[in-house]
Amino acid sequence: MAVKENKIPDNTDLMSQEELEKKGILFTTLEKLFNWGRGWSLWPFQFGLACCAIEMICMTQSRFDCSRFGYEVFRNSPRQADVMIVAGTITEKMRPSVELLYHQMPEPRWVIAMGNCAISGGPFVDSYSVVPGADQIVPVDIYIPGCPPRPEALIHGLLQLKQKLNHPEIVKTHE
Amino acid sequence: MSDAVKTQTYTLNLGPQHPSTHGVLHVVVEMDGEYCVASKTKIGYLHRGIEKLAESRTYPQVIPYTDRLDYLSGISNNLAYVLAVEKLMGVEVPERAQYIRMITAELMRIASHMVGIGIYIMDLGAVTGAFYPFQLRERVLEMLSQLCGARMTFNYIRIGGVAADLNEDFFKHYEAFLKECPAFIKQYHTLVDDNEIFHARTKGIGKITAEKALNYGLTGPNLRASGVDYDLRRDRPYLQYGKYQINVATTEHGDCYDRYMVRMKEVEESFRLIQQFIQDIPEGPIMAKVPKVIKPPVGDAYHEAENPKGILGCYVASDGSTNPYRVHFRRPSFSNIAIYDEIFIGHKMADLVAILASFDIVLGEIDA
Repeated sequence: MAVKENKIPDNTDLMSQEELEKKGILFTTLEKLFNWGRGWSLWPFQFGLACCAIEMICMTQSRFDCSRFGYEVFRNSPRQADVMIVAGTITEKMRPSVELLYHQMPEPRWVIAMGNCAISGGPFVDSYSVVPGADQIVPVDIYIPGCPPRPEALIHGLLQLKQKLNHPEIVKTHE
Repeated sequence: MSDAVKTQTYTLNLGPQHPSTHGVLHVVVEMDGEYCVASKTKIGYLHRGIEKLAESRTYPQVIPYTDRLDYLSGISNNLAYVLAVEKLMGVEVPERAQYIRMITAELMRIASHMVGIGIYIMDLGAVTGAFYPFQLRERVLEMLSQLCGARMTFNYIRIGGVAADLNEDFFKHYEAFLKECPAFIKQYHTLVDDNEIFHARTKGIGKITAEKALNYGLTGPNLRASGVDYDLRRDRPYLQYGKYQINVATTEHGDCYDRYMVRMKEVEESFRLIQQFIQDIPEGPIMAKVPKVIKPPVGDAYHEAENPKGILGCYVASDGSTNPYRVHFRRPSFSNIAIYDEIFIGHKMADLVAILASFDIVLGEIDA
């Protein structure tokens, strides 16, 4: 078939992306591909602060088994992790460490505030030594309410984070 | 070491963020090569001011805070606080409520020891060792959540009784628990007890003599591992424990291996007690007649209870108002870690982790 040169090609005879996908041909951007991969293999940072840390451990154990989703690779070093689960109360004494650990994580990185203490200080909000919420010191992506949240809730939170990764456009920005 | 070869000591920070410090414990160790020559335990990274917050809450509102002290055994903490308030008020608790309290407290002991053992074995490098205890713990938590709807922070023991009666769903899970618990104990003993690596990591490590344990005020399984036969449930009984014969588990060496062994024996004993309690539980009300607004008379009271971690003492002072004037907790983990600085010395770095884990500490309780 001869191709007419020096003319903008007419796209009407080309197949749409959906039609191509039906034939097994996929188009994507590298970023989308990366986010797809990241969504299935979030590596949380093993970092327990208080009560919620126990439910975080329970999530990895056999009953709830978060390895079904690929989230069981808890890293002990912040430099190998990409999700920080703030599981527990942040006190004023712990605040610098939490900040430092967040900054030691490589980008892209996400933060999950697990439990009421990490959301807003929870039952300890009026204490003299408690930071009222993880979002006072680090940017938080997902909030999981509960005191402590059940392991299912944490899994749900991680899946919400996956949604957020795969569909950045649905995340509303607030000014 | 000969005089010709000299090495320098160096300081190593273990924590506050470290996978094997069970939370946010910070230990500054001075190391000479592999060996620890000095150690300083630093706490306070989880200090939430529970005792101060209690002063601005009413008496029943303090109960949920006690859940968050030792968050692995919420009901036992509830119990110590409530017993202290009841002592202050002079409340007579119905017998059925007392039995339910004992049943739940013993279940809590099993659940707490499961985490204690599981995390301990995991810290020694056996990840699989953590899966088995957590399965049994899930069963216990399922029973308790049928009672009060929570897995960890129960708020179940109330001033004057308990929040809810034993129900059908509880007994459904209890039937399964009856089958699973002995099977677990047998399986876990075969899995861990004679493991050569486990022996090498724990036998003769972190030895504490009975005298030293008493001097440092150790309580609970850590004290009994050193051979001191002391258990509040038998020696100063509260609730209905006095009616029953309680076989207190003790071992003689006081090393890390014995601290594991004592906990396993206590699980067996608790399992036996739960069965007896459920057999003997009388019918009746589950709440005493207590006023809607709780205002204990002016005065103070102190009550101690045998918790999974040790003796939890609760001191409550009242000025006659609806809020406690002062609440103080004698937290077992806090007293237990005082010995760390001494027994760490002379051990290798890896042994430090074993000793740390063998004490089954909870940072929520240490820092309060």
